[in-house]
Amino acid sequence: MRLAGFFVFAVAVILLPILFPDNYFVTVVGIAAGLHVILAVGLNLLMGYAGQISLGHAAFFGMGGYASAILTTRWEWPGWLAMLAGLLVAGTIAWLLARPILRLRGHYLAMATLGFGVIIHVLMVQATEWTGGPDGLGNIPPLNLLGWTVDSDRQWYWVIAVAMLLVIGLSLNLVDSRIGRALRAVRSAELAAQMMGIDTARAKTQVFVVSALFAAFAGSLFAHQQAFVSPDSFSLMISVELVTMVVLGGMASTFGAACGAIALTLLHEGLVVFEDYEMLIHGALLMAVMIFLPQGLFVGLTQGVHRGWTWIASRRGAKEPHHPAVS
Amino acid sequence: MLKSGLLRIFLTTIFFAGVNLANAAEPIKIGTFLSITGPASFLGDPELKTLQMVVEDFNAKGGLNGRKIELVHYDTGGNAREALNFVKRLIRKDQVDVIVGGTTSGDTLAVMPEVEKAGISLISLAGAVEIIEPVRKWVFKVAHTDRMAAAKIFEDLKKRHLTKVALITGDGGFDKSGRAQILELAPEYGITLVADESYSNKDTDMTAPLTKIRATDAQAIINFGFGQAPAIVTKNIKQLGIDLPVYQSHGVASKTFIDLAGEAAEGVRLPAAALVVAEQLPDTDPQKPVLLAYKKEYEAKHGAVSTFGGHAYDGVMIAAEAIKRAGGTDKTQVRDEIEKTSGFIGTAGIFHMTPEDHMGLNLDAFKMVEIRDGGWKIVE
Repeated sequence: MRLAGFFVFAVAVILLPILFPDNYFVTVVGIAAGLHVILAVGLNLLMGYAGQISLGHAAFFGMGGYASAILTTRWEWPGWLAMLAGLLVAGTIAWLLARPILRLRGHYLAMATLGFGVIIHVLMVQATEWTGGPDGLGNIPPLNLLGWTVDSDRQWYWVIAVAMLLVIGLSLNLVDSRIGRALRAVRSAELAAQMMGIDTARAKTQVFVVSALFAAFAGSLFAHQQAFVSPDSFSLMISVELVTMVVLGGMASTFGAACGAIALTLLHEGLVVFEDYEMLIHGALLMAVMIFLPQGLFVGLTQGVHRGWTWIASRRGAKEPHHPAVS
Repeated sequence: MLKSGLLRIFLTTIFFAGVNLANAAEPIKIGTFLSITGPASFLGDPELKTLQMVVEDFNAKGGLNGRKIELVHYDTGGNAREALNFVKRLIRKDQVDVIVGGTTSGDTLAVMPEVEKAGISLISLAGAVEIIEPVRKWVFKVAHTDRMAAAKIFEDLKKRHLTKVALITGDGGFDKSGRAQILELAPEYGITLVADESYSNKDTDMTAPLTKIRATDAQAIINFGFGQAPAIVTKNIKQLGIDLPVYQSHGVASKTFIDLAGEAAEGVRLPAAALVVAEQLPDTDPQKPVLLAYKKEYEAKHGAVSTFGGHAYDGVMIAAEAIKRAGGTDKTQVRDEIEKTSGFIGTAGIFHMTPEDHMGLNLDAFKMVEIRDGGWKIVE
């Protein structure tokens, strides 16, 4: 029952390309949305559950992307090995960085993570010999998984869908585990958590590393899927967009983050037709959501539906309905 | 039996005639993705205006092959990630027949794997030589390469017997690519680089690297970049009282540069397309009528021309002529016809494309111009 939402979501993800096999919004936008979901769900572990902000998450995304790009084009490593290397690099850096950086709180943490993101971005632009500089690296070979080459949009959809479901499943389990409870305790009151015997520094480090690993994983997939990486894809703006996704969807809810990621990706695609007014409408919509649904799109709407349901039920004089799982 | 057979043929004929009619009525779709906003907007803006103007002209004359042309355009803001998203949209959603665009090299390089995979012709308006070297099946370009600009500058330096040169470049894609070409070509022309300084394109003052250059025994300064930065460099050189010949790249071949740099721009030399000096060309020059016609039409609608709008003109005209010769929009046929473009007189020069050369311009396409009295003057 706890995973009911997960199965509904999985069925929807599987049915979409079967019902609409050549729909642009499924096979092209869907892939972008899937990658954003992985990133947002990872960031949500850190932001939503542990209550730590990160304005430099695109850096880990970029590490995965560039690791795959550089290792597969320059040294012709197989894709999966390059991906592992990317995970290793991002994980190690996150681990080394976590203790000093997560001692900071609030604005200071925001500044520190922002600085980290900018440093990595500058490295991507300036280390031309390795990264190709501002023009980026192209001709990244398609991903090869056990002899199966992932090349077409449809194949990519499946790969990203599986990766996304894996990340969501992991995240749901993590949140409901001992670590997840420790994280929520850290968010509510760090001092109280310490009093309860929780090693808060360790808990925060763990979640930071997991979050970075998810981002690097998405980065590797992104690099192969686009066959091209450039610093533009890992800039400060992307970090900010990721934070927006988490907040828009609803913090401390895995499906909230996923919903925010999908909503923002679709919104961007849908508003393109308005050309010059795109950013205007985009901003206005975000403001409206934050004013009227401060808990976020997903959490706010599910609560609204739940409240409506209770109201109807009470009018009918029926029993209190079963609470749907919001996780 | 016979009757039903005849009926079937009759119906089939009507059916196919209907299909043909539907085809004829369907517009030819040309897709484009340009940096209409962002740091490269002064390149992208005239490009879009030109494309719209040319497409309107075609449609006013009844279209191409009897079909109207529809232009589908997106603004990348100079962001390579957006460029790739929009190209995917052009290919999958809008299902365009040919793509003309990519204002910047970064945008173009980002989308090349995608167009190669999808099998659709891309005519880029950007400069980097990497776009056409190595040659890719579906990718063409119409703007002069940065290597040509470097070569043209070196030729002029050689004529003036200047061998020691200081280089100063920004941190953008255009700057870095240009710098690489200059470093590579310098030995061929017997030129020594005595300084290789850099700045950030967002800097508002470049006196620090220029002071270092002043301390060297350089005989000339080359600055490779576009946007505001080269104008600031030019001003700073004047302010520091450095009395050396200054060379800029084709990236500043617009009136905006002269306006920004003001008096400091006097005497600056740069390789530029013939478009900016169209009136000064001899009447025997086959490019002259094309240049003047484009210039007249553009200026009547939008104000001073720039070479960047000219690239868009060349790109869309090459695409249109290829579609005309192919007699339709079959992607492979259109590609083959673009590759066969030969003797097309554009604003950037006369194009002779081959399977080995997907640009088809030679060094003559560039004119070395000097800024005099706030205008351009040919100096060869």
